[in-house]
Amino acid sequence: MSVDSDSVIGSIRSQFESSIYKTYSFRDETTLFVKKESFLKFCRSLKQDFKFTYVIDITAVDYLDIRVPRYEMVYLFHRFGDDYDENIRIRIKVELEDSDITIDSITPIWSGANWLEREVLDMFGIEFRGHPDPRRILMPEDYKPHPLRKDFDVRNRQPSKESFEKELKEGFE
Amino acid sequence: MERVEFITESPDSGDGVSTKSMMLNMGPQHPATHGVLRIVLHLDGEIVVKAVPYIGYLHRGIEKLCENITYQQCLPYTDRMDYLAAICNNIGFILTVEKLLGIEDEIPERAKVAEVILFELGRIESHMVGIGTHALDLGAMTAFFYCFKERERIYDILELVCGARLTTSYPRVGGLPLDLPEDFEEKIRNFLKIFPETIDEVDKLLTRNKIWVNRTKGVAYISAEDAINLGLSGPNLRGSGVPHDLRKSNPYLDYDKYDFEIPVGTDGDAYSRYLCRMEEMRQSVKIIEQAINNLPDGPYAADLPEIVLPKKELVYTKMESLIRHFVLVYEGLKPPVGEVYHGVENPKGELGYYLVSDGTAKPYRMRVRGPSFVNMQAIAQMVKGAFLADVITAIGSLDIVLGEIDR
Repeated sequence: MSVDSDSVIGSIRSQFESSIYKTYSFRDETTLFVKKESFLKFCRSLKQDFKFTYVIDITAVDYLDIRVPRYEMVYLFHRFGDDYDENIRIRIKVELEDSDITIDSITPIWSGANWLEREVLDMFGIEFRGHPDPRRILMPEDYKPHPLRKDFDVRNRQPSKESFEKELKEGFE
Repeated sequence: MERVEFITESPDSGDGVSTKSMMLNMGPQHPATHGVLRIVLHLDGEIVVKAVPYIGYLHRGIEKLCENITYQQCLPYTDRMDYLAAICNNIGFILTVEKLLGIEDEIPERAKVAEVILFELGRIESHMVGIGTHALDLGAMTAFFYCFKERERIYDILELVCGARLTTSYPRVGGLPLDLPEDFEEKIRNFLKIFPETIDEVDKLLTRNKIWVNRTKGVAYISAEDAINLGLSGPNLRGSGVPHDLRKSNPYLDYDKYDFEIPVGTDGDAYSRYLCRMEEMRQSVKIIEQAINNLPDGPYAADLPEIVLPKKELVYTKMESLIRHFVLVYEGLKPPVGEVYHGVENPKGELGYYLVSDGTAKPYRMRVRGPSFVNMQAIAQMVKGAFLADVITAIGSLDIVLGEIDR
């Protein structure tokens, strides 16, 4: 029995009426905005009750000077269905204030979120509460800035050069 | 970085023998890591206790770079992620921009069919390298030469079509930049005649080869449940028995009109994934055959003056075309405000582009969901408790490419 995506998304919306405060659709892709406080509870239910067992992508967008709140976490989930015939996709967004850029980690729910969240931590400096291994992933461990923030200039090479020179002087370990 | 002890004495486990556990650094310069991957292995004798991968040695910041250039200029950067199947990355990006612009229905049939042919050639090319180097790592050198011979043939076709062999940067938003060359069809038919023989040869060399079977069967196992939970995609997911392929589940480029099967493994081990890749190539041949038989004549690019560059001869002879060309190159195309995600079934798994447009000619945010990046997460689980030599099997069977992991 195939289920269409509108009815699934409709039932998610009716069950989490108080947590979802905005919904929109663009090019047949539905986005739900979820309140930060109830995000973890929402995700647990998304996996257990609505069978979104597959996490596709996690990323963030920095809307510096364009929008308040500044950061937006973007999650993309996939539901296979019992016979792998439904293939429903849903995009969840959580807005984060500049003053408090922490969010609950979903790695305990979907283990595939581990590296994806680490990349967001690396590139945007967003902290994940309850993440089992919160380290930088692509940039060097002692690198300070977060490159995908909009206030980071693309020509900015200085910090990595400094840390490299420091290692040259003090020796690699 | 803190200093670490490489050899630590572990307590007597009760059998009167105290063993020493060792920390071994593998990579980033190691021929079997397929690039600059570094894995720190914690060993107890020859058994891997823990494996910690370190990535980022090839990080070029493609996502950041693309925020500062126009949509057309982003295209060459996409070659340099999964450089073993550059054409698939290109087509994935083009499809995402077309979705953002909302012009998917206006792409002419000829361009779509040509893209399907090139996409499947890219899949064969990537699997040939994947299987060839995987076999080489495990000591079977002959298969490598057979595979690379076919890869060269595909590169010749790509060179004929777009002038480049490795970094293709080929289709454009709205269709193809030029019509397909005259002898394209002949070259493809010739390839389709020769290539299945090579698959059979590689099949004979490996599939029942005792050494190959012993080294891959039951090694680097991952269950279907874990594979889904870890977000694996491509042959790595299907090798565990999950019949998920975006060409069937969320079709693009009219893949639903082609007749092909999704090969699914049963065991979730390295051998299963190898068999999946072999069968996938046979299915790709089937798709290319159908596509080349139905390659229609007609326009190769959409008739959209705002988006598609005018023909070169018109630029030199017509004032209006020259102005259009100038404006489009100088200002770039401007999609509406919005955001799209589009995933394509790359040879290595789901390659997704997430584009956020603010209405200007440059993407406000471009996110690349590289299949290898997510697949690579499984390595720690796969090699835990395995022999040191099986780490090589695990890396090879995951078929990673570091250009895409580090981006």
